[in-house]
Amino acid sequence: MRRRRRGPEQGGGAGAAGRAGSLLIVRVDGEELVTESGQTVAGLLLALGRVSWRTTRGGGRPRGVFCGIGVCHDCLVVVNGAPDVRACQRLVRDGDDIRTQDGAELPA
Amino acid sequence: MSAPEENGQGAGEPGGHGPAAERTGVAGQVAKGPGADPPDADPPGADPPGAEPPGAGRLGAGPPGASTAGPDPAGMDRAAGPGVPRRSPVVVIGGGPAGMAAARAAARLGVRVLLVDSGAALGGQYHRQNSLAGRDRFALPPGVEHLPHSVVWALEPVPGGGHRVHLRTGPADGPGRTGRSVETRALVLATGAYDRALPFPGWDLPGVFTAGAAQALAKGQGVRVGERVLLAGTGPFLLPVAASLTAVGAEVAGVLEAGEPVTAWLHRPADAAAGWRKFGELAGYAALLARRRIPYRRRTAVVAAHGADRVEAVTTARLDAGWRIVPGSERRTPVDAVCVGFGFVPQLETALAAGCALDGGFVAVDAAQATSVPGVFAAGELTGVGGAAPAAAEGEVAGTAAARLLGARAAPPAAALRRARAGRRFAAALARAYPVRDGWRTWLREDTLVCRCEEVAYGELHRSVQERDALGVRAVKLVSRAGLGQCQGRVCGPNVACLTGVPDAAAFARRPIASPVRLGELAEPPEADPEARPQ
Repeated sequence: MRRRRRGPEQGGGAGAAGRAGSLLIVRVDGEELVTESGQTVAGLLLALGRVSWRTTRGGGRPRGVFCGIGVCHDCLVVVNGAPDVRACQRLVRDGDDIRTQDGAELPA
Repeated sequence: MSAPEENGQGAGEPGGHGPAAERTGVAGQVAKGPGADPPDADPPGADPPGAEPPGAGRLGAGPPGASTAGPDPAGMDRAAGPGVPRRSPVVVIGGGPAGMAAARAAARLGVRVLLVDSGAALGGQYHRQNSLAGRDRFALPPGVEHLPHSVVWALEPVPGGGHRVHLRTGPADGPGRTGRSVETRALVLATGAYDRALPFPGWDLPGVFTAGAAQALAKGQGVRVGERVLLAGTGPFLLPVAASLTAVGAEVAGVLEAGEPVTAWLHRPADAAAGWRKFGELAGYAALLARRRIPYRRRTAVVAAHGADRVEAVTTARLDAGWRIVPGSERRTPVDAVCVGFGFVPQLETALAAGCALDGGFVAVDAAQATSVPGVFAAGELTGVGGAAPAAAEGEVAGTAAARLLGARAAPPAAALRRARAGRRFAAALARAYPVRDGWRTWLREDTLVCRCEEVAYGELHRSVQERDALGVRAVKLVSRAGLGQCQGRVCGPNVACLTGVPDAAAFARRPIASPVRLGELAEPPEADPEARPQ
């Protein structure tokens, strides 16, 4: 479970990122990962192969990125105990604790 | 529940918290008359009087500058005040092609500029930079203060002339952002637009994205949204997305254009002439599709997505001229992602908060990009969708006009004015060539979600509007809950307006809280503003 991965291997921009992006350690649902600065939470989660990280308040249905530019509020995630953070807008920072959001959550 | 926008009774409606809600709550689209002009406000920009934007209501009758007490849009006494000082900076909202050009133009004329942008790096959606690359492709001249990671959450008029812009700067949606208010006499709105998505059964499954999402993730993060991706919708902006997806290694299973653009262009030679420059670019994309053997199909759409917890397959279908499904043409295609885009919706929050008049759903502007509100300019996709080059031309015109309003001496930017005018013709031609036809309603089933946030299904929307006799946008929202969720109707607004036939669809974009703020942020005491005056 304490898997450590060296960044997302998916995608074309990863090569360029290696030079400039400094490495960060974040936790995603309790699992520690190495990633790099400049990555959004949504970019990180998608690169890990996840497509959903929230359930809806009414039907409990899975949701992930939809609009990708901060408009639709579908990609909400809990970051450092604060719920309702748009994963597509939030850049990861060293030590961030990122968690799946279950329905409507109150701040920790 | 941290975002106060989230529920209908909260700050999302007039009467909520915050300084903006008080003043701009009902201001809506009531255009201010000339009486509200600050005494020293010349007709901005290149084109002198007579260039009043279409739809700019003239409610006041007094001669310009005779009184600072204009008609009062908010229904309260707008006491005359000194207004914002003339040495205030030009404030530009948005760091895309239009906003960058506006900032450059104003700074070149020696005026201080504050450029506010929600992104980490300049460029907006068009020129999105890979935020992992660590190298900035864009530079702004000295004299421009660039404020990244910053959202405008409220905008209010200052008695006597000018506007106060309320900002939060810091990690997106985090509790630790810094508040700041800036006052300006020359505001340039360049907030852009976002993809319109039409609902269809299964569109709420993970794996359904907007075309803009696929583009943002590919260009900004180097991430592909799926391994095998289908693009569907209408308009030429699907093509660059296909190119970006292939660049990050996705297989593009096809580009489905719901319309009949070739016929539309051929029927309007003048429109085709307006867009001839763009055709070279489109030919480049067509060549890419051919090289990669990516099928491009007209009059075809994705009409359903299938899967348990994510997209596993979609149903495509041929459409008739009105976008109804041609019976028997349905085909099932296995894909793990589908990206849709049916044109664009302008980001109207700040324009509506300022009280700018609209024209056909976009902000009405004159030749100098001046809106119906003195001291407020708009540029780029807010005024019509034509692409990055016309947006930049409009930005240059708006930035020049804004600088002139603050006293800078400058000749009218002739070349930019010409390009902006041509761009406007092209945007109008695009809108005519790629209309959204009503037949999409027949793709819906009773249980198809229309409002993704509040999970309101089509049947439910229909019933609540019928039974409760809802006639206006407010009533439709309250009886059905559509548009009351986290996104505040940004996604469902245009579609719900279409399905229910309410007039004034733009009312869905009236959001006194222009961008989500946390309750804790609203509860903070107002930041000390040395220039604040008692009212």
